[in-house]
Amino acid sequence: MNGDRSTLSCAEFQAQMAELIGSGEDLAEHPHLKDCDGCRALLADLQTIADAARQLFPSVEPPDEVWEHIESAIKQKQ
Amino acid sequence: MADSPISTQAPQRTRASGGEQAAPVAVAGKSAAAQPADADVLARAQAGDHQAFAQLYILHKRRIYSLCLRMVGNVAEAEDLTQEAFLQLHRKIATFRGDSAFSTWLHRLAINVVLMQLRKKGLSLISLDEAMEPNPEEGPSRSFGAPDLALTGAIDRLVLERVIADLPAGYRLIFILHDMEGFEHNEIASMLDCSIGNSKSQLHKARLRLREALRTQNRQEARP
Repeated sequence: MNGDRSTLSCAEFQAQMAELIGSGEDLAEHPHLKDCDGCRALLADLQTIADAARQLFPSVEPPDEVWEHIESAIKQKQ
Repeated sequence: MADSPISTQAPQRTRASGGEQAAPVAVAGKSAAAQPADADVLARAQAGDHQAFAQLYILHKRRIYSLCLRMVGNVAEAEDLTQEAFLQLHRKIATFRGDSAFSTWLHRLAINVVLMQLRKKGLSLISLDEAMEPNPEEGPSRSFGAPDLALTGAIDRLVLERVIADLPAGYRLIFILHDMEGFEHNEIASMLDCSIGNSKSQLHKARLRLREALRTQNRQEARP
């Protein structure tokens, strides 16, 4: 792998993406992205997907019946 | 470039998705066993105190139910899975030794319940090991093609729900745990018995897979 971040190919950059993203590094400042429209678009798409996913299936409470069933099952076994 | 590069961190645990107000239970998700009040409740529940067990349910029901609902996408099934997860908790709670946070342990238990259900339904997923190692042919292509900026606009909610549901269960699980539930990679690694690097890698593959699916969808819709 090329250690020089400014001369990474797209394949090399993308091979490192999971680790770079997972590390919390601000990829906006990555030298490769400053000169690469394709990888910048890829990163923007992934960001859009992650943001959109957080809006899906809002966190909700289960209905009361779930606890009633749990409690009933526990009592039956005791 | 967006100001907030992807992932740089998991969503805030205390933030309920969908713009809801944060629920108190979400706070407990971080390290339930580490908080004195919760530790006391846990100890009493382990000793067989039913009221304490009920309190644990109140503390954790939202997150466990949400996980189940996001994994199976069906309310009735999610209710059944939540019920089964807490019944298993009741049976096994005395075996919790505090090697990890209680919420991590409980999530692992719930994940196993969900994966068992998926297996019963005939989905190609047998174990957590398999969840973390999808078949090579299931992985996303490494050819990303030309830049496609179509995704930078709004993503249709229903389409996104469908492509997430179509992910292989292993990818879906890790995507939900990190991007929707807000767990950190070290917590996911603990839940799934994998390395932190593996968690990062699988999450990245899941996101790439979703991107491919959305791009395919966009291309199909653009056809005359």
